[in-house]
Amino acid sequence: MNQRVRLTLFGSGAVVMGVFFVISVHSLPSFGGLQHLYRDLAVRAALSHTTANIVSSVNFDLRAADTLGEETVLLASVIGVMALLRPALEERELLPRERGHAMDATRLMGYVMMPVTLAVGVDIVLHGHITPGGGFQGGVMIAIALHLLYVAGSFRALDRLRPVNVFGMGELAGAAAFAMLGICGITFAGAFLANFIRQGQLGVLFSGGAVPLFNIAVGVEVACGMTVLLAQFLAQEITIVKRGERP
Amino acid sequence: MTMYAYGVAGWLVLIGAYGIVVSRNLVHAVICLSVCQSGSYVMLLAVGFQRGASAPIFDSSNPPLAPVVDPVVQAMSLTDIVVSATVTALLLALVIQIHKRHGTVDPDELSALRG
Repeated sequence: MNQRVRLTLFGSGAVVMGVFFVISVHSLPSFGGLQHLYRDLAVRAALSHTTANIVSSVNFDLRAADTLGEETVLLASVIGVMALLRPALEERELLPRERGHAMDATRLMGYVMMPVTLAVGVDIVLHGHITPGGGFQGGVMIAIALHLLYVAGSFRALDRLRPVNVFGMGELAGAAAFAMLGICGITFAGAFLANFIRQGQLGVLFSGGAVPLFNIAVGVEVACGMTVLLAQFLAQEITIVKRGERP
Repeated sequence: MTMYAYGVAGWLVLIGAYGIVVSRNLVHAVICLSVCQSGSYVMLLAVGFQRGASAPIFDSSNPPLAPVVDPVVQAMSLTDIVVSATVTALLLALVIQIHKRHGTVDPDELSALRG
C-alpha cells in the first residue's frame, strides 16, 4: 500500500471519526459546568473514609480493583520487556571499561540531587493520601533518583547500586503486597480490597485507613519496575554486545 | 470556546494517528501513539473540569465543602498515563528486537516475513 492510498484511507477515517466526535461532544454536559454526579459521590465516599486526597481514595479505596488491574498491566509489561530484551544466542553481556567522564558540574548536580530526589520520592509515596502524589508518582521519582547516578557519569556505580534481580523480586513483592492487602479486606472488612483499617482524622499522616499501605505497596512496585525496565534498555545500549565484538 | 478542550482532545487523537500513518520510523510511530493517547487525558480532564473549583485534595485552605473538580476522571487519567508508559516501553523493546533482526526500523521496508 503506497503512501497516497494510505493517506486517503486515513483521511476518510479521520473525517468520519471527526463527525462522530463532534456529535458526541455536543451531547456532553457543557464544559466547566456545575454538574458532576460522580464527583459528588466520590467526594462523599472518600470523606467518609477520611482520605484528604480524593484521587488517592478513588485509586486505592473506592475503585481499588481498577488499580489492581493497572499494576498487573505494569507487571506484565516489565516481564514482557525482560523477555524481549534478554541477551540472544549470539550475544553476551560484558561490563565495558569506564570511559569518558561527565562534566564536573553534571556530576556534582547528579550526586547532590540524588539524595534529594530520593527523599522527595519517599515523601510523595508516604503522604500520597493527604497531599498531591501517591505510589505511582513517588515510585517513578525513586527510580529516577537511582538513575541520576548514571547521569552523573558512572554506569558501574549504578550497576552496583541496583542488582536487577533484587529489584525484580521487589516488584513482585509490591504486586503481591497489593493483592495481600486486598485479601486482608476480605478477612477484616468482608470484601476484596475493602478499606479494613480504622480511618483516623482527616488530613493527618495516619488517616485514610489502608490507603497509605496501598500507596507504599504500589510505590515499591513502581520504583522497582521502572528500575528494571530502564535496566533492560541500558543493558541493550551498554553491556550487551555481539559475540566476538569488543564494546 | 466551551468546546475548545474537547476539540484539543479530538485533534490530539487524530494528529497522533496521522503521525503513525505517515511514519517512516517505528520509534516515531510509538511516540505518535503516545500523542494519540494524550488526547484521552485531555478528554478525561475536560469532562471533569468545573470553573472556579480547586483540586480534589482537602486541607485547611480547601475545606471539605469547597467545590472541587471531578476526582474520578483524574484517577482514570492517572491509570491511563501508567498504562501508556508501560505500553510505550513494551513497544520500544519490540522496536529494538525488530532492528536487531531486520536491520531497519522503517515500517515500509518490513514487508518480508522471516522466521
